[in-house]
Amino acid sequence: MSVVTNTTTIGAIEAPSRRNTELALLAFAVAIPVFAYLNVGLAMDGKVPAGMLGYGLGLALLAGVAHLVVRKWAPYSDPLLLPLATLLNGMGLVLIWRLDQSPRLIATSMRLYDSFSPDAPKQMMYSAIGIAMFVGMLLFLKDHRVLQRYTYISMVVALVLLLLPLVPGLGSAVYGAKIWINVAGFSIQPGEFAKIVLAIFFSGYLMVKRDALALASRRFMGLYLPRGRDLGPILTIWAVSLLILIFENDLGTSLLFFGMFVIMLYVATERTSWIVMGLLMSVAGAVGVASFAGHVQDRVDAWADPFGCAKEGVAACQQMSQVMMSFGSGGILGTGLGQGNSDLIGFAANSDFIFATVGEELGLAGVMVFLLIYGLIIERGVRTSLAARDPFGKLLAMGLSGAFALQIFVVAGGVMGLIPLTGMTMPFLAYGGSSVIANWALIGILIRISDTARRPAPAPAPSPDAEMTQVVRP
Amino acid sequence: MSELTLTVMRLGFLAVLWLFVIVAVQVIRSDLFGTRVTQRGSRRQEARPQQQQARQAAAPPQQRGQQTAGGGRQRRGAPTKLVVSEGTLTGTTVALQGQTITLGRAHDSTIVLDDDYASSRHARIYPDRDGQWIVEDLGSTNGTYLDRSRLTTATPIPLGAPIRIGKTVIELRK
Repeated sequence: MSVVTNTTTIGAIEAPSRRNTELALLAFAVAIPVFAYLNVGLAMDGKVPAGMLGYGLGLALLAGVAHLVVRKWAPYSDPLLLPLATLLNGMGLVLIWRLDQSPRLIATSMRLYDSFSPDAPKQMMYSAIGIAMFVGMLLFLKDHRVLQRYTYISMVVALVLLLLPLVPGLGSAVYGAKIWINVAGFSIQPGEFAKIVLAIFFSGYLMVKRDALALASRRFMGLYLPRGRDLGPILTIWAVSLLILIFENDLGTSLLFFGMFVIMLYVATERTSWIVMGLLMSVAGAVGVASFAGHVQDRVDAWADPFGCAKEGVAACQQMSQVMMSFGSGGILGTGLGQGNSDLIGFAANSDFIFATVGEELGLAGVMVFLLIYGLIIERGVRTSLAARDPFGKLLAMGLSGAFALQIFVVAGGVMGLIPLTGMTMPFLAYGGSSVIANWALIGILIRISDTARRPAPAPAPSPDAEMTQVVRP
Repeated sequence: MSELTLTVMRLGFLAVLWLFVIVAVQVIRSDLFGTRVTQRGSRRQEARPQQQQARQAAAPPQQRGQQTAGGGRQRRGAPTKLVVSEGTLTGTTVALQGQTITLGRAHDSTIVLDDDYASSRHARIYPDRDGQWIVEDLGSTNGTYLDRSRLTTATPIPLGAPIRIGKTVIELRK
């Protein structure tokens, strides 16, 4: 047997920086929306749309700036997050532009407001601000652990952000939900930003308190039941989210915050009992509030039987039945971009209901792609959380991706009729400045954490070799 | 625009979208495998437990995994594992699969000795061409002992003979 002495080195994959992979994917992610833009133009006007070059260049410029900043300031970060987010943002712009072209929506807008202004250029501006936010995050947040210092400040900021829409004169109700504020002519959805700030608070808080929440418990029927006094935090968050539900009439926001807390609590303590308790509490809360809040009641009716109550002329139901028709007429492969009738949904067709346009024009195949892309972003977030070396970074990455996942579940589930609809936006896809900007910031933080996590480990501590070997003296 | 062109574009667009997802999944495929194995030489089998063992060498005893001695290629009667029988690492085993085992206080040693009387690169144990295991002192300060005698040259190791390095004793077993 002739075996040469062989050396085997096994190590954790010392992550190559993979910036070139990112660049290639990014180019792909910019090309796809440009193709979509061309497709919409050809389908609707029969000619190559005039704005295509400008749109493509704009998107490429934004993506390029983001990429260069990542290359310089977060060289080891995850290669997928940026291209995935860029693709979603680009497709969102195309879909909004496509709905801007719809004669029906223009007519509706003229009838209601005597004016029509296309949303796509505004969304482009918001995307630019979003990318600026992303760049800012990478430039100014050199280490995500800095955020840990602001645990309790974050709590206060988040509460203020959540309560702002209730301030008279500042908040404005749109279709019953009070989640917007009007500042200097812009309407802002503070909840989108509160999502990030709350994730910071929860991770800072749970990092300190998780031992108490995990260890002090009794075992009962295979579940660890926490002590009564450890229930304080979850009860408080539950109460706050119920208050949001009651006063702001928004099931989505309250579900998002409570769900994010439960996810982070579970991740921090590894106790299944928190999940069981969280589910029971949220069901109890939602059913309790739905039984007496009129606005929520409408949404539940629209969910239970959209076509039935649409005949009675309830606006929410008519919208919901249009959405159902949209998904239905899309079939497996869709009608093709620019060739559907999803504009029949009318109000909020390009924000809350934008996923219906995807469903109609790209069909099941397209909807699946979009859900997969969201899934990949979440997977990268969870992966970042697994790779992170510090508990705060782990919890923060998990919280942010958990919130992202919940938001997609709440919106997509609502639009597809799985759960009652709530007024939230599909991240990156839907029209809405706050949403785009906040989600770019979220991606920025994830990229920062993943850069820290994937950065090659620092040189090992000074080795004992430095000490002299002791000599045996007989 | 003709119906055909639009149909082609519609299907083409879906294909491109799916292609993007597939490419993205290809990029993350590397995550599914936690470690990378770099092989130099001919052997490919069971390289993995080896290093884990070495990593665990410094860990508390209860974390050390059971090691299955592998490799059906050894001669009959040849040792299959190296066992630490005295010293702080007592109980650690390393499967012998034709690789060189280095002992010492250096971090990259196969068995990292936490022993004040060991040198950073103290000794190595390797198979010769016939598969006979050889121990060689690497110029250590306090020397390597096989049974009672201090090693001066590379020496074949009989099965079960204690090799003493500082306070640590290791032996080869079947």
